[in-house]
Amino acid sequence: MISRILDSKTKNTISRAVEKRSLAQDRRSAYKSTFFRVILQAALLLTMLILLVLLVSVFLNGTDHILSRLGDFLNGTMRSRSVDEKLGVHQALYGSLWIVIIVAVCAFPLGIGAAIYLEEYAPENRFTAFIEVNINNLAGVPSVVYGLLGLALLVNGQIFGLDRITGGRSTLSAGLTLAVLVLPIVVITASEAIKAVPNSLREAAYGVGATKWEVIRTQVLPYAAPGVLTGTLLSVSRAVGETAPLILVGAVSGRLGPNPGLFEMSALTDKFTALPLVITSWTQQSGRDVGFTAAAAAAIVVLLVVVLVVNSVAIGLRNRFEKKRG
Amino acid sequence: MADSTELIIERERGSTIVSDISSSHDEAAFEVAEDVLLRAEKVNVYYGDFRAVKDVSLDVRQHEILALIGPSGCGKSTVLRCYNRMNDLIKDARVTGTISYRGVNLYDEEVDPVEVRRRIGMVFQKPNPFPKSIFDNVAYGPRVAGQKKGLSEIVEISLRKAALWDEVKDRLNSSALGLSGGQQQRLCIARAVAIDPDVLLMDEPCSALDPIATARIEELMQTIKKDYTILIVTHNMQQAARISDTTAFFTSDVETRNDTRTGILVEVGPTENIFSNPSDERTENYVTGRFG
Repeated sequence: MISRILDSKTKNTISRAVEKRSLAQDRRSAYKSTFFRVILQAALLLTMLILLVLLVSVFLNGTDHILSRLGDFLNGTMRSRSVDEKLGVHQALYGSLWIVIIVAVCAFPLGIGAAIYLEEYAPENRFTAFIEVNINNLAGVPSVVYGLLGLALLVNGQIFGLDRITGGRSTLSAGLTLAVLVLPIVVITASEAIKAVPNSLREAAYGVGATKWEVIRTQVLPYAAPGVLTGTLLSVSRAVGETAPLILVGAVSGRLGPNPGLFEMSALTDKFTALPLVITSWTQQSGRDVGFTAAAAAAIVVLLVVVLVVNSVAIGLRNRFEKKRG
Repeated sequence: MADSTELIIERERGSTIVSDISSSHDEAAFEVAEDVLLRAEKVNVYYGDFRAVKDVSLDVRQHEILALIGPSGCGKSTVLRCYNRMNDLIKDARVTGTISYRGVNLYDEEVDPVEVRRRIGMVFQKPNPFPKSIFDNVAYGPRVAGQKKGLSEIVEISLRKAALWDEVKDRLNSSALGLSGGQQQRLCIARAVAIDPDVLLMDEPCSALDPIATARIEELMQTIKKDYTILIVTHNMQQAARISDTTAFFTSDVETRNDTRTGILVEVGPTENIFSNPSDERTENYVTGRFG
C-alpha cells in the first residue's frame, strides 16, 4: 500500500517535471518568434519611415509652386532665375511623357514578341541558352552604356545614319535609347510570365484542335498578361526616372525652343529635356539661387505623379486581366 | 479499299486529314477490317535515347470502350497520347511504327496533327478547364475550327451529352473555375465532344474525383459510347471491368543491365476474359492483385 502511494507520488513529480520542461521550451520558442516578428516589423516600419520622410520633405519644399501656382508651373519653361514668373516644367513634362510613349510603343511589342519566340518557338539548344544568358546580362548593364549606344547610333548617326530620322539630340533619340535600355527587362519579365502558364492549359487547347498560334493567342497570352503588364510597368517607371543616358544623348537644361504643346509631333526631333534632368539641373543651381530648391522639389512631385499615374493604369489593367483569368 | 475511303469522305467536315488520300495508302486501307477504327502496329515511343514503349500493336474497333490497364510507369498513358499525336508536344519524344485511323497513317508526313486532334479528342487526368466562362470553354473547339454560327446549340448539345446541362444552364457565362472537380471534368468531356470527334481518349479521367463523380462519368461514358469510340487509361481495375468492352494489359519490362523500364503490351482481349480467364500469367497476377 505504502509503496503504491510512494509510486504514485514519484510518478506525479516526474510528470510535473516533464510538464514544466515542455512548458519552458514552448515559452522559449514563443520568445524567439516574437523576437523575429518584431525585427521584421521594424524592417517594414523603417522602410515606410524613410519613404514618408522623403515624400513629406519633398511636398513641404514644393508647396510654394504646387499649391499657389500649379498651372503656371506646369505651363512654364526653364528659366535662369528662380523668381521668374514663367518658371516651370512644361518642356520637361513634354519630354518625359513622350519618352514613356516611345518606350511603350517600341519596347513592349518588340520585347513581348521576343519573349514569346524564346519561350514558345525557339528550339532548346545551346544557342537559345546563350541568347537567354545574354539578355539577362543586358538587363544588368549600367544605363550610361545604353546612353553611349544612343549617342553613337541615334545622335551621331554612326553606321546607319539614323540621325537623319531622329534629328540628333532629340526627344525621339532619348525615347529610343530608353526603349533599348528597358527591352531586356521587358523580355525577361514576359518570359517568366509565359513560363508560368500551366502546361495543362496548353494541352487542353491543343487537344481540341487548336494550332500553335491559337494556343498562344487564346490561352498563353491572356494567362500571362498580368505578369507581362507588371514587367512593362517596372520598365516604364525605370525609363521615366533615368537620367544618365539622357545626358549622353544630349538633353539640355536651357536654351530650349519655344514651348511646344504636349502633343506637338514636330517637337519630337527638337532639342529636349526631361523631368529627372530638370530636377538635377535645378538642384545644382540652388547653390547660386536658393529658390531653385523649391522648384526642384515641385518638379519631383510632378515626376512622382507621372509615375503614379502610369503605375495605376498598369495595375488597373493587370487586375482586370487577373479577374478575367479567374 | 473503296469502303474506308468512302468513310473518310463521309466524315469530312470541311477539311480532310490529308489533302489527298492517294494510292500510297490503298494497300494499308485494304487490310483494315471494316470495324477496326484504329490500328497500332509496332509502335515504339522514345524519349531521347530512352525507349518508353516497345512494339505495341493494338486494334480498336468502332464504338467500343477499350481500357488500358497496368501498373504505374508501364507506358499506357504514353500509348494513349500517340493516338492524337499529343507526344509531338513533348520535346525529344519520338514515335516509330504506324497508327492507322480509317486506313490513314496518323504519322504520315502529310498528316496535320491539328486535324488529327479534331477527330480524336482527349480528356485529361486532372480537370483542366480554361479560365473562361462555361460557354466559352465548350465553344472553344468549334471556334478555333472556324465556326461562328450555331455555337449555342453546340454548347447545349455538348453539355447535355456530358450530363452537365441541367446543372449549369443558368450560369453559362460564369467562370468554369467555379465548378466542382466532377463538374469540371464533365465540362472537359463536353468541350471534347463539342468538336464532334470520332474517338475520345481519356487519360485516367476519374483519378482526381470522388466516387460519386466517378460513377456519373462512368454512366456518361456508357451513354456516349454509341456515338464515339473510347480509349480509357485507368488505374482502377474495377472501373475497367465495369465499363470496358475490351481490355489491354500493359506492364513494364525491366532491363536488368541498365535498370530501365520499357512498357510492353502483354495481352488484349474481351474484358471478361482478361479478368476471369487471362492467358498470360502476368495479367493474372495483376488482375488478382498479386502485383502492381
